[in-house]
Amino acid sequence: MHPEDILVPTPSGVCCKPGGFFIDPTRPVDKAVITHGHSDHARAGHGAVLATRETLDMMRLRYGENFAGTTQAVAYGETLNLGGTTVTFHPAGHVLGSAQVAVSCKDMTIVASGDYKDADDPTCAPFELVPCDVFITEATFGLPVFRHGDAADEVAKLLHSVEVFPERAHLVGAYSLGKAQRVIKLIRQAGYDKPVYMHGAMEKITRYYESRGIDLGQLELVRGAKKADMAGTITLCPPSALQDLWARRFPDPVTAFASGWMRVRARARQGGVVLPLVISDHADWNGLTATIAATGASEIWVTHGQEDALVHWAKARGLKARPLAIVGYGDEDESDGTSDGVDIPGGTGEPS
Amino acid sequence: MNGFAELLDRLAYEPSRNNKLRLMTDHFHSTPDPERGFALAALTGALSFQHAKPGMIRTLIAERTDPVLFELSYDYVGDLSETVALMWPADPHHRPNATPSLSDVIETLSTLGKAQLPAQLARWLDALDETGRWALLKLLTGGLRIGVSARLAKTAAAALGDKDPNEIEILWPGLAPPYTELFAWLESRADKPVSRDPVPFRPAMLAHAIEDTDFAALDPAAFMAEWKWDGTRVQAVAGVDEDGQPAARLYSRTGEDISKSFPDLLEALRLPGAIDGELLIVRERRVQTFNVLQQRLNRKAVTGKLLQEFPAHIRAYDLLMDGAEDLRDRPFAERRERLEAFIARLGDPRIDISPLVPFESWEELAAARADPASAGAGADAEAVEGIMLKRRDATYVPGRPKGSWWKWKRDPLIVDAVLMYAQRGHGKRSSYYSDYTFGVWTKGESGDELVPVGKAYFGFTDEELHKIDRFVRNHTIERFGPVREVTHDPDEGLVFEVAFEGLQRSTRHKSGLAMRFPRISRLRWDKPPREADRLETLERMLESGASRNGGSPSLAREDGTAAVVE
Ligand SMILES: [Zn+2]
Ligand SMILES: [Zn+2]
Repeated sequence: MHPEDILVPTPSGVCCKPGGFFIDPTRPVDKAVITHGHSDHARAGHGAVLATRETLDMMRLRYGENFAGTTQAVAYGETLNLGGTTVTFHPAGHVLGSAQVAVSCKDMTIVASGDYKDADDPTCAPFELVPCDVFITEATFGLPVFRHGDAADEVAKLLHSVEVFPERAHLVGAYSLGKAQRVIKLIRQAGYDKPVYMHGAMEKITRYYESRGIDLGQLELVRGAKKADMAGTITLCPPSALQDLWARRFPDPVTAFASGWMRVRARARQGGVVLPLVISDHADWNGLTATIAATGASEIWVTHGQEDALVHWAKARGLKARPLAIVGYGDEDESDGTSDGVDIPGGTGEPS
Repeated sequence: MNGFAELLDRLAYEPSRNNKLRLMTDHFHSTPDPERGFALAALTGALSFQHAKPGMIRTLIAERTDPVLFELSYDYVGDLSETVALMWPADPHHRPNATPSLSDVIETLSTLGKAQLPAQLARWLDALDETGRWALLKLLTGGLRIGVSARLAKTAAAALGDKDPNEIEILWPGLAPPYTELFAWLESRADKPVSRDPVPFRPAMLAHAIEDTDFAALDPAAFMAEWKWDGTRVQAVAGVDEDGQPAARLYSRTGEDISKSFPDLLEALRLPGAIDGELLIVRERRVQTFNVLQQRLNRKAVTGKLLQEFPAHIRAYDLLMDGAEDLRDRPFAERRERLEAFIARLGDPRIDISPLVPFESWEELAAARADPASAGAGADAEAVEGIMLKRRDATYVPGRPKGSWWKWKRDPLIVDAVLMYAQRGHGKRSSYYSDYTFGVWTKGESGDELVPVGKAYFGFTDEELHKIDRFVRNHTIERFGPVREVTHDPDEGLVFEVAFEGLQRSTRHKSGLAMRFPRISRLRWDKPPREADRLETLERMLESGASRNGGSPSLAREDGTAAVVE
């Protein structure tokens, strides 16, 4: 059988005809399987939604109780039979609750990995390698210049800066869902035990992480804090807030931004960032290529990002590879506090 | 190398001068000798070694990467060194145990043969991480461009020991990397190093631009006036070295040693002392325009023919040292007398004194400024840029002390602005960056920042266009389609003297002002961007009636060179 007999790429997402569902559709459909809670993948208005408990909770936080007709929580490893297909969820290591969706029919397995990373993340389950015939991969950082390095080193840079400039506030731009909590956790793991401040827009989602057993230490809201008291503190905020009037309430702030895009200087400069921190929730070039090779897949479908380089790389290794033109991933610009699709100037707005 | 690389990385993003200072001082504080000394040397441009050529780096990366992936990456990143630093295929799990230190790199480079450089560079790149590789490549290609001047780096070192940066400046010519004795003194572990340089540079004193409203508060009797000549400011120093041999050096006003280009003037520096003056070209006792001087300044090779066609001359303003005697703490009036005697004693036609402009009242001085030819400048009036006002009792203080020296430029509708963006031209200029957006300083959220005030695309010669174009290409920090943003830091960038016909309010520009008919009247390669004009100056021009329409174009200072006008 052909892979297309199981999954068909369409401009608004990958469609499983025999199973009667879409994966991460960008328009309302009858039945949607959602890989993770980022707003460009998890949209409101579907008939039925199948996702991990955490992803459903995040959608509820963002869209309210009635974000879908019906919902079904699926655990990692649980097997679902949909039409003539078998569907299983596996950790994607991207953010809390993120899943790769494996769809099998007869002797063929296709894995739609959503967004993923193979690097350590103390705030979510580690990426699980799922052998398959066709692997659908993202390519957010699909160029060999993107190699993220150790996130702990980047946090050490931040803490060193706090030492050198004790009279200034440090503002760390980070996507509200996932990145912010991971950065706070890394700050804690580096031994920093003073309160960490956060922008009000990320409170709900951060409290949700805490409710799922992720200890982030003492957190404070910026709201109401006196300017002088913010000297020497660290505050997490959505990236868009860095350029906002909001940032003026801090004493001579050092603006940091935690993102894989920070690897490239022109990107960091465009955003007016003074302290770029290369911390990404997406696989880097080495992660993408190592994962593709390890799945054993003979065919690769590439979604959002730098598709051409990854397709070129796969073809050079004798794999079948093609880009999927799905419109709408990574160009979300919601600012309801749980979205991670905040626009970086000149960027694609893809969460990173 | 790692600590140094992190410092460079941070400096490259930090816009504020103060914060740059803090970062450097922190580095000097937390880094041992000799590593920090080599860092200081790299930051002050005191290192000389064979530079790596882009072609060689391209070859190295081509041997190690897929050409398609390299092209896609280079296209995305836009900078060769950065692309190579990021995609260099070093295996993080098989990195050598030792990363090269900055000292290793510099010491190795000093003895390395040209043929060995590629293999050595590859070994270093294998051993470093992304930031380390980037810093190494920037260092080796001679393109640090992190907006730090030698002066700023020395100021940061001085802060380590709460010293005046001018003290380091004075010691500097006698010091060499890695400056262990300097750091020992800064950390109070040793005595101050003795300057062995018989002819050191002494930091220059600069003037403020005077405004019409300033005069009311000033007493004419407290001041002396002299012409401000349209050349380039220099310091000429002569002395005797340890072996009793005469020594002489010519410095730019920022302390750059420009002796090599002026052997004709060095000959004339026979009397021990330090003269502050203006470098001019004088032909048959007539001062030539700045453009003539520019032609000599632009020439790399100093040939007999050049010396003959462009005879260099110093017109002296001030005397800082008379023999071994430091005059800088004497009042200007006294220094001026000493200067007159000194120049008379020297008796060399290549060095003369800038005459005083006698005046009793500001009105009288204004008349002299309006017509220098009849006020003593005679046939040289064309080369008068304005008037310098100096307090009789002012000591010689480095920098720009308030109220001591004022410059009163002849033409108010001229400002010094900094090139910020360049765009490709049209027609025969389509292959050149020939449309320039320039800005002046204003107070921003984190210190001074440049705000664009206008755009110009003529006023320069073809030869100058080629030079600006090269500058733009070598200093691009950002591309937006056909537009490039170029380096415009306080210490690095290109200053234009911009002439214009008037100013008006405008809501289209962030500055709130628009210039009428602006054109580049002169390139100020000699001027650091921090000395460009401020928005306040333009505001005052506007208030004082610079909004006039039509009227005589301010071409008084345009010196006959053909402007490229399409
Ligand atoms: Zn995502
Ligand atoms: Zn995504």
